[in-house]
Amino acid sequence: MTDLMTSFRRFDSSRHGTWVVAGVMVVLLFILPVLDDPLLLLQVRYYISMIILALSMAFIWGFGGIMCFGQSMFFGLGGYAYAIAVGNFGESTAPFFLAMIVPALFAAFLGYFMFFGRLNDVYVAVITLAVTLALYYFINSTSGDEYTIGKARLMGFNGISSIRKFNWPGDSTALLSANHLFYFAMGLLIATYVGLKLLLGSTFGRVVVAVKENELRAELLGYDVRLYKLAVFVIGAAIAGLAGCLSINYKNFISPNAFHLSLAAQIIMWVLVGGVGTLLGPIIGCVVLLYVSFILGTGASGGGLNTYLIFGLIVMIFVLVIPQGIVPTLRDWREQGGRYRRMTAGAVLSMAEQLPASSRAPVRAFGERMLGLAPPSGHSGNKG
Amino acid sequence: MDLIGIQIIQVLSGIATLALMGAGLAVIFGMMRVINFAHGEFMMLGGYVVIVCTEQFGINLWIAMLIIAPIFVGLVGLVFERILIRFLYGRMIDTLIATWGLSLFLIGVVTWIFGNVTRGVQTPLGAYSFGDYSEKVYTLVMIAFTVVIYLAIFIVLRRTKLGLIARGTMQNPNQASCLGVSPPRVYMVTFAVGAALTGLAGAILAPLNTVIPTIGVSYVAQAFITVITGGAAAFTGTVLASGVFGTVRQVISFEWTPILGQVFLLITAVILLRIFPTGITGRFFRRST
Repeated sequence: MTDLMTSFRRFDSSRHGTWVVAGVMVVLLFILPVLDDPLLLLQVRYYISMIILALSMAFIWGFGGIMCFGQSMFFGLGGYAYAIAVGNFGESTAPFFLAMIVPALFAAFLGYFMFFGRLNDVYVAVITLAVTLALYYFINSTSGDEYTIGKARLMGFNGISSIRKFNWPGDSTALLSANHLFYFAMGLLIATYVGLKLLLGSTFGRVVVAVKENELRAELLGYDVRLYKLAVFVIGAAIAGLAGCLSINYKNFISPNAFHLSLAAQIIMWVLVGGVGTLLGPIIGCVVLLYVSFILGTGASGGGLNTYLIFGLIVMIFVLVIPQGIVPTLRDWREQGGRYRRMTAGAVLSMAEQLPASSRAPVRAFGERMLGLAPPSGHSGNKG
Repeated sequence: MDLIGIQIIQVLSGIATLALMGAGLAVIFGMMRVINFAHGEFMMLGGYVVIVCTEQFGINLWIAMLIIAPIFVGLVGLVFERILIRFLYGRMIDTLIATWGLSLFLIGVVTWIFGNVTRGVQTPLGAYSFGDYSEKVYTLVMIAFTVVIYLAIFIVLRRTKLGLIARGTMQNPNQASCLGVSPPRVYMVTFAVGAALTGLAGAILAPLNTVIPTIGVSYVAQAFITVITGGAAAFTGTVLASGVFGTVRQVISFEWTPILGQVFLLITAVILLRIFPTGITGRFFRRST
């Protein structure tokens, strides 16, 4: 309980950003349905599922330091788990939870081999990439009748279509309306964001970040690094599974493309562009880049402006020029502005001492006002 | 008897394919510790060089494959080492992401030029019959090429001054620099050589596979898995790992389906890395190249 309190205090003191982001989400939650634009709501639901996916990657990479090159496999597993379960049960409550449990179990299994084998970051990246590819090939090859789980066929490269949407818990005939689906998705997004923030503020979250910063030091302090990494990986997988299940409720369809590397690649790009080590950054990166790829269309569109080309350039430029990503860079600028202001204010104050007594007061007041504007010095709060 | 014979040849060709894929990566990743996620795209470029040279310019297949492809891809590698990779030495994850951006970029460029269509190179030399079965002669040629390439790598690295300089610089750049070697230049050349080997592999494999801008994805994971499982002694390790994985994949593919073969290759890799986290040569054959 005290842990929750500290966690909340840290959440509160982590600049005002967290409150603003959560506030904006709550405002959207109430405003968007009022606009009475079903198409907009549908679009927003798609973006929400992708943002949740971005948050899962932001968490495991930015805070857990795990470079997972196949976050899309958990997205796909969540989607397939939901699709198969709902096809069998004819009811969506249990499948909704299975969509998180199945990827989490798979992550626990895979993570055991990777983290307890103490493989380094690069090997983890390659293995997750390879496993994602294997799943993609495997699901693609399951079009035959023999690949049936219960009543649901896997359908291979054709994908599973006309999947049931969410219904009210316990009543399989009462499907959620479009507005309710939106409320549910947006509510889950807010819960994910705030939940991750609280988790990061807790002792567990602090240890996770400590492990990322310096694995050896965390280990010497007595923490089981392997276990913490595994836990982060599993939580990230569950969140990605949730995103997969929500995305199905957007399009009623899932195909092996959910496992495709182009999705895995996009997730990394969202986090990279937005800012590794923040939660807000990947949200922004996700929305902006989804919009960019929407404009560019998919594949070769003539004129050479294909998504691969543009995204490749974006990635290379960001790694070379802005490796931190947008949000941390902007924050650095702001803090640097504060530092310069403090330096100038110090200069003004010392100048005031040199002046004759008559004209000292206004200059000193000016210097003090400048100091007052600057954020408190020695501030090193956690990243927002 | 015929069946066993043909299976042995298929296993050998599976091993050779993996070893070929891994050769360039063993230089770039195994020796230089540069994560090159554009490895598959370098191979793809090699394949396209063969197609363009033979179809557009009517150049002899063997010249295109064995001379033009490695030179072209080596130059591409050289250019990107200068404008991208050299700023990122020592920053592994950044290199990984940057080269992956490079891979997207190269896919984009090739799609732009050639379109997103599957191309093929006709397999030369026809087929021979082996008892009741027939097999492409080119498969044997490919195996022979692989053996020659690896022999050449071993000789260059172990028996020439160039190889000594390369190995020394990779081990200790400061010491090498004290002895009058310029590490940046050695890195540049080594990267280009790695890229050239990769292009050569892509060109040699082109007649056996189709060529499409996004083919790289299917190469890169296997190549990395092979080199990583190989471990510290890059080339010996890659050969050993190819031996294990090639056998597993071909046997499973023969018994069940090629898809399951791929899946089992990966499962074997994950288990092997759990047992030998530093790769096979992290445990055995530590003193080899």
